[in-house]
Amino acid sequence: MSSRELILGRVRAALRDGPAPGPAPRDYRRSFPSADLDVLVDRLVDYKATVRRITEDAVAAVAAEIAGGTIVVPEGLPSDWRPSDVLVDEGDPGLAPDRIAGAAAVLTAAAVAVAETGTIVLDASPDQGRRIITLLPDVHIVVLRPGQVVASVPEAVARLDPARPLTWISGPSATSDIELNRVEGVHGPRNLHILLLES
Amino acid sequence: MSRLPELLEQLEARVTERGGVVHWAADANEANAIVTDLVKQTGSERVIKVKSMATQEIALNEALEAAGIQPIETDLAELIVQLGEDKPSHILVPAIHRNRSEIREIFLKAMPGVDPALTDDPPVLAAAARKYLRETFLSTKVAISGANFGIAETGTLAVVESEGNGRMCLTLPETLITVMGIEKIVPAWQDLEVFLQLLPRASTGERMNPYTTMWTGVTPGDGPQNFHLVLLDNGRSAVLADETGRQALHCIRCSACLNVCPVYERTGGHAYGSVYPGPIGAVLSPQLTGVEDNASLPFASSLCGACFDACPVKIDIPAILVHLRNQAPHSRAERAAMRAAAYTMARPRLYARAQRAAKLARIAGRRGRGLPLGWTDARDLPEIPQQTFRDWWASR
Ligand code: SF4
Repeated sequence: MSSRELILGRVRAALRDGPAPGPAPRDYRRSFPSADLDVLVDRLVDYKATVRRITEDAVAAVAAEIAGGTIVVPEGLPSDWRPSDVLVDEGDPGLAPDRIAGAAAVLTAAAVAVAETGTIVLDASPDQGRRIITLLPDVHIVVLRPGQVVASVPEAVARLDPARPLTWISGPSATSDIELNRVEGVHGPRNLHILLLES
Repeated sequence: MSRLPELLEQLEARVTERGGVVHWAADANEANAIVTDLVKQTGSERVIKVKSMATQEIALNEALEAAGIQPIETDLAELIVQLGEDKPSHILVPAIHRNRSEIREIFLKAMPGVDPALTDDPPVLAAAARKYLRETFLSTKVAISGANFGIAETGTLAVVESEGNGRMCLTLPETLITVMGIEKIVPAWQDLEVFLQLLPRASTGERMNPYTTMWTGVTPGDGPQNFHLVLLDNGRSAVLADETGRQALHCIRCSACLNVCPVYERTGGHAYGSVYPGPIGAVLSPQLTGVEDNASLPFASSLCGACFDACPVKIDIPAILVHLRNQAPHSRAERAAMRAAAYTMARPRLYARAQRAAKLARIAGRRGRGLPLGWTDARDLPEIPQQTFRDWWASR
């Protein structure tokens, strides 16, 4: 007998007493008033991210100013967001890891943002690119449209496609492993900048 | 849980459709053999690991080392523990028993290429780990992870973390091997909304943990192009068979129960002598490995109920403890001792004499002598008071 059959058999035997499935209470808050951008900004700042509210035509200039050097961008980033000094990650296999790591920053769009928790979700769409490009540079600049902001986690889950690789980011990485002192920025980008577009 | 067989099959089907390979491991040995073989097939002589209790439970690192493969822990605390050749003591902060200067010493001694001018400032120590691990992440072809959740409906796996080493391990290598206990399964994508809200809050009190990664099989051109999922039983189906004990399988390893437990607070994680410490360890370890092997753990509680109150998924730990106590084997000597104690306690004069005798025994013997071997390895024996209450009362 294969281990697969063995395990499934054991589990079926274990459930012979036919326990009823527990109720799945969904009486927690699931719908919210429209997302409050000020709440999002407040939460993001609390997580040590820098937030700027700008118009769309200013993206390239502001990103260049933050980065102060070469910026990695995904292939599908809107062309008018692209600063002049960019490295475009295109084709397969795309940019080599050391070139990505050597850039001053990475500039991407996002899939969804959750106001209540200060979370940005990336789903590796063409305007966000492969996961590796947002992992190696020390500065990550994210452009967010107001329509992408939802109030709560359930709404974000409903909007996202599980078939895509998802990265949920809530502030820069952190550890409390050394005497419970919070240290920010262990791996991944140590600086998170959000450019929230005016509607 | 009651639909576990069908959910497991569904998860297997979804992961396979998306280019992943699913393996089933009935016990620790089988899981270790599967993972070791998979790593050998890649030709890699080392693997990067992201903290996972399941791989600790099966002692995967030891198995890999025995096969000549070097496992590198990438979680900062696990790295401290591994470089210090030590054992973790807490689910969430495994190196809570080490202070900053000890960590500096460990890094100076065991971290290749570390700056000798390293200070014991936590950000400096974290930066040293970042630099050391960055090289390792980029040059290692195989990663091994656990999973916080596996979603049957979609085949999606999730790793919830803080440091970003998870993102690194789940994104950079060519091959990813995930070892997941069969109880980590949730039925639907929508269920994630509950767990994503519960876990960070119960665990660290944050609104949301810094990073969560979710992936479904293989994404062409993005992340590991070979993905293996090892579904681990290792005693879980036996836990499931126990009507009272099965609820322990709902545990999401948030560690809230450890943080409120008065016994854990006093003894620390090592005293539990098992991978899963604290209140949940006291119910999970004996159930996974058999009550005989961890017979003392269900007794390591005052049944105060703080863990039940703290638990976000409402596991009635005290009830399972009592249940397990009834199953624990009592040696003949223990039963005889208990009968003798009952007899003595029922007879006041005899009891008074016995108490004085205990005092004499204390003066005669070294601390802990005569106790079963091992008991005082990680614990102190309380002093027996100088004077019994009765003696004191009589002398007033
Ligand atoms: S038993 Fe409950 S409180 Fe303890 S770690 Fe598991 S989920 Fe958290």
